Amino acid sequence: MYSLHAITDSIQNWLSVRFSPLWVLIIESLIVIVLAIALFAVLGLVLVWLERKVAAHMQIRLGPNRLGPAGIFQTSADTLKLILKEGLTPDGADKLLFNFAPFIVMIVAMLALAPIAFANGFQIWDVNIGVLYVSAVSSLSVIGILIAGWASNNKYSLLGAMRSGAQIVSYELSAGLSILTIVVLTGSLQISDIVHAQQNGWWLFKGHIPVIIAFVIFLIAATAETNRAPFDLAEAESELTAGFHTEYSGMKFALFFLAEYINIFIVCAIGATLFLGGWMPFHIGDWTQFNHVMDYIPSSIWFFGKTFFLIFLIMWFRWTFPRLRVDQLLTLEWKYLLPISLFNLLLVTVIAIMNWHF
Amino acid sequence: MYTETQIISNSNDELVVNVGPQHPATHGVLHLVITLQGETIKKVEPHLGYIHRSIEKMCESLTYRQFIYASSRMDYLSAHINNHACALAVEKGMQIEVPQRAQYIRVIMDELTRIASHELWWGAMAMDLGAFTPFFYAFREREKITDIMEETCGARLTMNYMVPGGVMTDIHPDFQKKVKEFIELFKSKIDEYDELVTGNIIFQNRTKGVGYLSKADAISYGCTGAVARGSGVSCDIRKLYPYDIYDKVVFDEILETEGDSFARYMVRMREMRESVKIIEQLIDNIPEGEHQAKTKAVLKLPKGDFYTRVETARGELGVYIVSEGATTPYRIKFRSPGFSNLSALDQMARGGKIGDLMATMGTLDLVIPDIDR
Repeated sequence: MYSLHAITDSIQNWLSVRFSPLWVLIIESLIVIVLAIALFAVLGLVLVWLERKVAAHMQIRLGPNRLGPAGIFQTSADTLKLILKEGLTPDGADKLLFNFAPFIVMIVAMLALAPIAFANGFQIWDVNIGVLYVSAVSSLSVIGILIAGWASNNKYSLLGAMRSGAQIVSYELSAGLSILTIVVLTGSLQISDIVHAQQNGWWLFKGHIPVIIAFVIFLIAATAETNRAPFDLAEAESELTAGFHTEYSGMKFALFFLAEYINIFIVCAIGATLFLGGWMPFHIGDWTQFNHVMDYIPSSIWFFGKTFFLIFLIMWFRWTFPRLRVDQLLTLEWKYLLPISLFNLLLVTVIAIMNWHF
Repeated sequence: MYTETQIISNSNDELVVNVGPQHPATHGVLHLVITLQGETIKKVEPHLGYIHRSIEKMCESLTYRQFIYASSRMDYLSAHINNHACALAVEKGMQIEVPQRAQYIRVIMDELTRIASHELWWGAMAMDLGAFTPFFYAFREREKITDIMEETCGARLTMNYMVPGGVMTDIHPDFQKKVKEFIELFKSKIDEYDELVTGNIIFQNRTKGVGYLSKADAISYGCTGAVARGSGVSCDIRKLYPYDIYDKVVFDEILETEGDSFARYMVRMREMRESVKIIEQLIDNIPEGEHQAKTKAVLKLPKGDFYTRVETARGELGVYIVSEGATTPYRIKFRSPGFSNLSALDQMARGGKIGDLMATMGTLDLVIPDIDR
C-alpha cells in the first residue's frame, strides 16, 4: 500500500537535524497552514463548479462552459469578481459583529479540517479525540450564523439565523449519535484507529443493518447541518430572500459561500471515514488477490473518491427535493430521527458487546 | 398604510415584514405586508399598484380592433384566452357569426395556452417550495407549445392571434402534425411531473392541509378557477356558459373538495390532462372554410353594454364593454381572476408558517399584471 509516511518522516528528520524543536514546530505549522489554505481554495472552487455542473445536468442544461475546458475556471473568475467588489456594511448593522461573523464561520470550517486523514499517513493532527473534536468544532459555526443574522439588522436575516440555530442544534444530536455507533464498534475516537479498524471491510458492510441505518441518519443530519436543501431553511430564497446572508456582499458573502462548501466537504469526509473506510481501499475478508489489486489504487484517490461520492449524493438531494417547513424539520429530528438513533445505538452496542459484527 | 415606526416595531412582539415588491416568491411586483409572531403568520396584507398601467383607461381610446391587444398585457401567460374574451365581447355586440374553422382553431389555441400556463405555474410553484429542477422540466415542454404558436402566428407569448370574427391568419400547414406530436410527448411527460413532484413526500407534507379555503369562503371572496374548484365550487365557464365550441367537446370539470393547497395543485395537474383530451377531440376535425368572418373595416358597437366571460388558466375573466355607438368603447372593465383569488390569501395564510404562505401563494398562480392592470 502506498504510504505518505516516508515523505512526512523525511521532512521531519531533515528539519529536526537543522533546527531546534521549537523552530521545527513553527516551520511545520507554516507548511500545514499553506497546504490547508491551498486545499481550501482549490476545494471551494472545484465544489462550486461541481455543484453547478451537477445541477446543470440534472436540469437538462449545460452549466458553465465558457471559461477554460468545461468552464472549470468560471468559479475562479467569479471569486475574482467577488474580491474586487465592495464589501458593503449596512447603516443599521452592528459593524464589528457584522464584519466578524464571516470569519467565525470560515475559521470553524478550517479548524474542523485538522483531524481528517486525507491519505495513508497524511493527516494534520491525529488527536485521540478526533471524531469528538470534529463534531464539537463544526457545531460552532452556528454562532457565526447567529451573529451574522443578528448583526445585519434585517428581519429576513434574523429569521434565517433563528431557523439555522434551531436546526443545527437539533441535528447535531442525531449526527452525534450516528457517529457514536461507529465509535462503539471501533472502541476509539481517533480517526486513524477508525480507519485501521476497517482494514478487512468498511463498517457500512461489516456492521449489519444498524450501521446502514446510522449511515442514512448521518447523511440526513449532515445535509441539515450544512444548511443544504431540502433543509436550507436558513437561506430559503423563496421565503427569506437569502436568509442570514441577505445583507452580505463581496468577499464577506464569498466567505459564507465558501464555508458552506468546505463544511459539505468536511461532513462528507467524516462520513466517508466512519462508514466507508476513509482512505482504506475496498477489501473483502480473505480475498488476498483482490485486496492486493485494490491496494494499488493510491489511498488519496480512495479517500477523495468516497468523499466526492457523498458530496454528489448531497448535491443530488438539493436538486431533487422541495424544502421542508420549519416545524416539519424539527418534527423529523425530534420525533423520528432522534428516537431511531437512540434505539439504533442500543442495537449497535449489543452487536459490539456480543462481537456479532464481521 | 404603516408608518415607519410601526414597520420597525409593533406591540405584542409582532414582527412586520415587507415581502416584496422585490421578492423571489411574489413572481412580480406584489407587495405583501405580513405580521409575524415568531414564524407564525398573524396577518397578510397585499399592497397593489406597483404595475398599474391603466389598461382599462387606455382601452377607451383604442378602437375595437386594437383594444384586444391591450388585454394581452394583463395576464400575459394566458394572453390568447384574454384576447378570446375581448373578441367574444365585440362579436356579441356586432352579432358576428364566427366561422366553424376559426372556432376550432381558437379553442385548440386556448387549450394549448392553458397547458403552457399551467406548466409555468407548476415549475414556479415547485420553485416556491425550494425545488429548482421542475422549473426546467416544465419549460422544456412549454417551449414546444410556444414553437407551435410561433409557427402559426409569429409570436410566442402575447400572440395577438385573435381578431373580431375569427383568427388573424390561417393555421400553418404543419400545425396539426406538430400539435399531435406534442400531445403524444406531453402525455408521457406529465406522468414524469407526477413522479418528480406530486408523489414526493416532502411536497405532500408541505401542501396537504395547508392554506385551507372553505367552500363558503371561496364563494364569498369571489374566487374562480382552480382556487375555487379546489374548494369544491363548480365554476368552470367552459362548462357552465360554453362559448365557441366548448359545448361540443367532451371533458370533465375538475373538482376537488379538500380546499387545501394540494387540492388546488391537483386541480391544475388534472386540468392539463383534460386540456389534452379537448385538443385530441378537435385536432383531427378542424373543418374546412374561412378562418375569419367578413367584417366591416371600422367596427362600431351599437349603444348598450356587453358582458362576456371566459375561463382563462387562472379563472374567470369577464369583459364588460359600455358602448355609446362610437368606434371606441365608452368604458371597459375587466374582471380579472387573480384579483379575487389574491383577496383570499389572508384567510388562507393566517395561522400558518412563512413557508406555508409561499406554498399557498404558489397554488393561487398569481400573475401580478393581471391583478393590477
